[in-house]
Amino acid sequence: MTIENNTVIKVENLQKSFGKNHVLKGISTEIKKGEVVVIIGASGSGKSTFLRCLNCLEDPTGGNIYFDGVDIADTSVDINIHRQKMGMVFQQFNLFPHMTIMRNMTIAPMKLLKMSKEEAEAKALELLDRVGLKDRANDYPSMLSGGQKQRIAIVRALAMNPQVMLFDEPTSALDPEMVGEVLDVMKKLANEGMTMVIVTHEMGFAKEVASRVVFIDDGVIAEENAPAEFFSNPQNPRLKEFLSKVLA
Amino acid sequence: MGVLSFSKWIAEAPAWVLSLPEGLQNLVFQLYQTFIYKDRWQFFTSGLKITFIVTIGALLMGVVIGLVLAIIRTMKESYTATKPPVILRILNFFTEIYLTVIRGTPMMVQLLIMGFVIMVPKTEEGRIICGILTLGINSGAYVAEIVRSGLMSVDKGQAEAGRSLGFSYAQTMWYIVIPQAIKNILPALGNEMITLLKDTSLVSVIALRDVTKQTQNIISKTYSAMVPYISLAIIYLVIVIAMTKLLRAFEKRLRKSDH
Repeated sequence: MTIENNTVIKVENLQKSFGKNHVLKGISTEIKKGEVVVIIGASGSGKSTFLRCLNCLEDPTGGNIYFDGVDIADTSVDINIHRQKMGMVFQQFNLFPHMTIMRNMTIAPMKLLKMSKEEAEAKALELLDRVGLKDRANDYPSMLSGGQKQRIAIVRALAMNPQVMLFDEPTSALDPEMVGEVLDVMKKLANEGMTMVIVTHEMGFAKEVASRVVFIDDGVIAEENAPAEFFSNPQNPRLKEFLSKVLA
Repeated sequence: MGVLSFSKWIAEAPAWVLSLPEGLQNLVFQLYQTFIYKDRWQFFTSGLKITFIVTIGALLMGVVIGLVLAIIRTMKESYTATKPPVILRILNFFTEIYLTVIRGTPMMVQLLIMGFVIMVPKTEEGRIICGILTLGINSGAYVAEIVRSGLMSVDKGQAEAGRSLGFSYAQTMWYIVIPQAIKNILPALGNEMITLLKDTSLVSVIALRDVTKQTQNIISKTYSAMVPYISLAIIYLVIVIAMTKLLRAFEKRLRKSDH
C-alpha cells in the first residue's frame, strides 16, 4: 500500500455496524494535506459515525484507515499514539470541569508529549491569545459561555500539534449568537493551512471555507465536489432534496 | 452470684436517692448496676473498641474489593462494539457470581457460615479477623455498585475527550473520570460506613465481644434487659448522628470546590 505524500488520511471501504444496524456501508475517500473537508447529511445518515471512526472512537467493523503510515483500523495498532496527532472537537465541548483552562490545555502535552510545565503553559497562553481568551487561563470551564468553551476545546486539541483536526458538529450546541465566534476560529485555522474534517449543518461556512463538500446518505458517500459546484449543481436526487430543505 | 439486690443497694444509697419517688429510685438503681457497679461501663468501652475496629477494617477491605470489582465491570462494559478479551470476560463472570451470592444472602447467614463452617476461630483475635473478613466481603459487593455508578455518572464525553487527546484507557480513568467520580462516590461511601457500623452488631453471633455482645454480657449479670438495651440503642444513635453530621460537613466542602 503506497500513500501519496500529501495524503493525510486514506479511507478504504470503511464499514461500521452497531449490532444489526449497518451504519457505514463502505466509505472510501482521501483527505489531503491542507484540505478542509465538510461532511453534510441528514441525521442518522452516518456522518458523525464516519468522523468518529477516523480516530477510532468508534471501532470500524471493516475496511482500512491509513494514517501516519499505518492502518489504524487494525486493532493490533496502538491507537493512542496516533490519536495524539488527530485533534478532535465535540458538539458538547467536553472540557474537563475539574481542571482550570490552563490545566485543560497542558495536561495532554505534559503527560503524553513529555513537555515541561513551562513549555506547555507558554504554548497554551500563545494559543489562548490567538482565540482572545488569554485572560481566562485560570478560570474553570463552568465560568465560560458556550462559545468560549468551544474555542478553548479547539485550542486544547491544537496544543497537541495535530496533523489533522476533526470537528463533530462544533456549533450545534451553541446559542445562535455564539456560532460566529467559533466559526471565525475555524476559518482562521483553515486559512493557516490546517487539515480539517468537519461535520456541520452550517452551509454558509461550507460554501465559504470548504475545499470539498461530501454528502453522506445511508452510510455511503452519495456525492462529493468543490463547494461551488456542489451547491449550485447537485446531481444526486437525495442531495437535491436535502439542500432544498436546509437552504430554504 | 454477684447480683446486686435493690434492698442492699438502697440501704447504702446516698440521701438524694431516698428523696426520689419509688419508680425513679428503681431507674437509678438499674443505671447504677448497668454502668457503675463493678466498673461495668468498661464492658461498653471495650465493646465499642471492637465495634470500631471491625467497622474500619471491614470498610477498608470493602473499598479495596469494591474498587477492583467496579473496575472489572466498567472495563468490560467499555467494550461496546467488539468482544472483550477472554480474561476480562472470565473475571467479569466471577464478579457477577460474587455480587449475586453476597447480595442475595443475609449478612447473618454469611457470618454463621464464616464463623462456624469456614474459619471456626478459636481466639478473640481470630474472631475479630473473621468478623472483618465477613463484613468486608459483604461490604465490597455494595461498594462495587457505589463505585460503578459513580464512574458511570461521569458524562461519556469526558472519557471520549480524554481518549481523543491520546490518553490510554487507564490514563483517562486516572486523570479525567475518577477525579470527577469521587464527588459522587465519597458521600455514598459515607452512608455505607454508617450501615456497616450498625451491621457490626451482628458479629455477636460469632461470639465476638462487640458493644452489642458486651451489653448482653451485662444483662446476663444483672438479669435486667431494659436499661442496657436502651443504652445500647442510644450509643449507636449518638455515633450515627455524629457520623452523619461529619459527612454533611464533608459533603459541603466537596460541593464548595465544585466547578
